[in-house]
Amino acid sequence: MSTLQALVDAVALGSIYALVAVGIGLVFGVLRLINFAYGELITAGAYTLWVLRSLPAVVAILACFAVVVSLSLLLERVAFRPLRKATPATMLIATFAVSYLLQSIYLLVFGSLGNSVSTLAGLQQAVDLGGLRIRWITIVSLACGSLLLIGTAILLGRTSIGLHMRAAATDFQTARVLGVRANRVIAFAFLVSGVLAASVSVLFTVQNSLVTPDLGVPITIFALVGVVVGGLDRLWTATLGGFAIGFAYSLLGDKLSGEARVYLPSLVFGLVIVVLLLRPGGLFAGQPRSVERV
Amino acid sequence: MPDAMLELEGLEVRYGVVAAVRALDLRIERGELVGLIGPNGAGKSSTLLAIMGVVPVARGEVRLRGVSITGRAPEAIARAGISLVPEGRHIFAGLTVEENLRLGRAARRDANGVEADLRRVYGLFPAIAGSLSRQGSALSGGQQQQLAIARALLARPDVLLLDEPSLGLAPTVVESVFAALEEVRAQGVTILLVEQRAQVTVSTADRTYVLANGELRLSLTPADANDTARLAAAYLS
Repeated sequence: MSTLQALVDAVALGSIYALVAVGIGLVFGVLRLINFAYGELITAGAYTLWVLRSLPAVVAILACFAVVVSLSLLLERVAFRPLRKATPATMLIATFAVSYLLQSIYLLVFGSLGNSVSTLAGLQQAVDLGGLRIRWITIVSLACGSLLLIGTAILLGRTSIGLHMRAAATDFQTARVLGVRANRVIAFAFLVSGVLAASVSVLFTVQNSLVTPDLGVPITIFALVGVVVGGLDRLWTATLGGFAIGFAYSLLGDKLSGEARVYLPSLVFGLVIVVLLLRPGGLFAGQPRSVERV
Repeated sequence: MPDAMLELEGLEVRYGVVAAVRALDLRIERGELVGLIGPNGAGKSSTLLAIMGVVPVARGEVRLRGVSITGRAPEAIARAGISLVPEGRHIFAGLTVEENLRLGRAARRDANGVEADLRRVYGLFPAIAGSLSRQGSALSGGQQQQLAIARALLARPDVLLLDEPSLGLAPTVVESVFAALEEVRAQGVTILLVEQRAQVTVSTADRTYVLANGELRLSLTPADANDTARLAAAYLS
């Protein structure tokens, strides 16, 4: 029964990492930019929840979404749009710069010691389902993760802006020649990725209430690793990769106990190396990619 | 003097220190079909890309209906009324034919008449009408070219730019593509056609210009279509 419980927890954590992977993948699709500052959006949402902890949860969560989405759009407008014609390396370095800048701001404003978020703390309570003790946050994470992923899929597959985003992700120049507005599509990708980041802020802080300036860094790194493992060229492979990394992290964490848990990240990354050696194109990519580096 | 739909004045396009197009003057009247031919590297595609805003204009001006569009973004130029059928078709292989056509409507200035326009392109290209749910990648080369033209027409452009629409197509398919272009012209669309097939272009277009080394060398009329010596001399000049 313990294994089943671990599986349920793993699926819940996997769905959170899948959301992060989609958030990163959407921006990558239209800009070919891996946004390393994505985790700092999640941290911004977490601090918003902490600052507004005395207000009703609904108000705090709505404010969290407003702050994260606004910050995401602001970064696009102020930091990334002026560099759009720069080399990919310059863009990548810019995301690191933004990431460190935001972390430093969080450090200055909120200090290095963690702040505990209590919004929706009631979701930590467990419910008994056929002998399984499942926390409400696990169920909520699963439900929200699934709904958001389905919503994103519908947005991309059934709407005009979604079609424009898919076209831009395939061949941005041709899409622009056809009249697809670059600024609108890119801003929309940042908007949706902001919504996903805010959702992760809420779900993650319920599971791990301590908010520190570098909260988003490991989340982003693990999700990015998942994106690479899944395959960066398509959104659904990246999503599956994100899910797989969260799933593996949770399951391995369940098997390790006590002091051995400090080796969990090393184990996960070791597993990633094995996967990439066996399938360099990604776990879910169709054709293995052969790239000459030397 | 008739209305000028598209004007190029002293157009210059550069890739670094290399001038691909030099001091090009061109005037296309409303409803005309004008050809642009020349050897590889003559600057034909660069001219179209500069009109469309895909490559920057180093010097000179591009005017649509008398209004300068120089320096505008490609999407703004598309929305102003110019559609490009790019070399190599550039259809979205992973999207369905229907989705490719929907993308063609991105530049429309109004949503009225979409159904009528769809019927019109289905009439021009019946094979497209029967393949709406197929992936773009599942179409033959000729069908992909038809789709690229159909997609451009759904923007309801005033000016249609075509970059080598016959490239890689069988002769019978080329004939059908040129027949469709004549119908499009008959519907009042101004066309600037870049082609390698000199003879068919000269015979179809109202006027054809020969470009070499980025400069305009010669102007031909349909009467010159069978003057192969003149055509060859223009290419080799």
